[in-house]
Amino acid sequence: MPNLFVIFFGAILINNFVLTRFLGICPFLGVSRKVETAIGMSLAVIFVMTVASLATWTIQTYLLIPFEMLYLRTIAFILIIAVLVQFVEMVMLKVTPTLYQALGVYLPLITTNCAVLGVTLINLNENYTLVESLVHGFAGAVGFGLAIVVFAGIRERLDYAPIPKALEGFPIALIVAGLLSMSFLGFQGLL
Amino acid sequence: MGSLRVFWRGLLDENPVFRLLLGMCPILAVSTAAINGLGMGLAATAVLVASNILISLLRSIIPDKIRIPCYIVIIATFVTMVDLLMEAFVPGLHGVLGIFIPLIVVNCIILQRAEAFASKNGVFLSAIDGIGMGLGFTLALIILASIREVLGAGTFFGLTLMPAAFEPMKLMVSPPGAFIGLGLIIGLINYVQNLREVRRRA
Repeated sequence: MPNLFVIFFGAILINNFVLTRFLGICPFLGVSRKVETAIGMSLAVIFVMTVASLATWTIQTYLLIPFEMLYLRTIAFILIIAVLVQFVEMVMLKVTPTLYQALGVYLPLITTNCAVLGVTLINLNENYTLVESLVHGFAGAVGFGLAIVVFAGIRERLDYAPIPKALEGFPIALIVAGLLSMSFLGFQGLL
Repeated sequence: MGSLRVFWRGLLDENPVFRLLLGMCPILAVSTAAINGLGMGLAATAVLVASNILISLLRSIIPDKIRIPCYIVIIATFVTMVDLLMEAFVPGLHGVLGIFIPLIVVNCIILQRAEAFASKNGVFLSAIDGIGMGLGFTLALIILASIREVLGAGTFFGLTLMPAAFEPMKLMVSPPGAFIGLGLIIGLINYVQNLREVRRRA
């Protein structure tokens, strides 16, 4: 049980997926202009990452390892993730069309969100059990959500700040992300 | 478009990292030392060239509706090959780069080139485009990694560069250094670009 606790808070605060492990930078920088879309994106990612952890663990344990096909893991995992994202996309289009519009191109891009493939590969490398994989996937996505929502909050303010012309847009966003990452370094000694 | 222009475009004008802002995750993650940057860049280049060639060859066969899954399977196949080759021949580097080698699959540069270039152009041009973009990516990685390594550890490709009195800036090799370093480099490039535009207008 304490192990799950360590995995959970470790993935959110200490090894934050975005700010420490550098996974999922593209959506982190792309969908963080408004807090609202950031929240929508994180919810979609939380769902996809948790289910992907479950699905890839099952495939790995009952298909890849018994048939000694572990070298196919990259191909197998990315296909599972692509199918999942397609599913989430269809559900979102039915349930919340406005959010679907707001997320735009970034929704299908969850497939190429390295955080999702990354979490499944880390689960595999760390030999996590099913429950540990689920907790790690969920917590990792929550960490992603936390970072992107905080970052979106800062960026909304940034629109009104006087910024040197050369740093406008992307560069200042990266520097802000650096400062945010620095503050997350403070959690390093937590566990 | 001439093949030479296609090549240089990837390296400079449309540098995937500095101008198109693609493939940020590996750039930030593996740029702690110049040698890691070089290894990652070349691995990604190999995958990019191979996938560009194959996708260009298959461009009339792949149905439009399911092209993205097809591209991903092709890319994933090449990434698996590179992954296994690196594990066999450069195990040290393979260990350092870790999960970022399989993660080349989801590197936006490769999918973007497949979608924007290889699916519309001939085999030769696509190969050139792959080489140009791949080397552009490698160049960006090496620039950022060199800056971080020199400032953060006082070494360059593992050779001690700074005098003994130099106090390494630990921040540069830690995660925040990656964000801030890349932000400042892109800012500098924008600054030069702006200057050039002002001069052209004057």
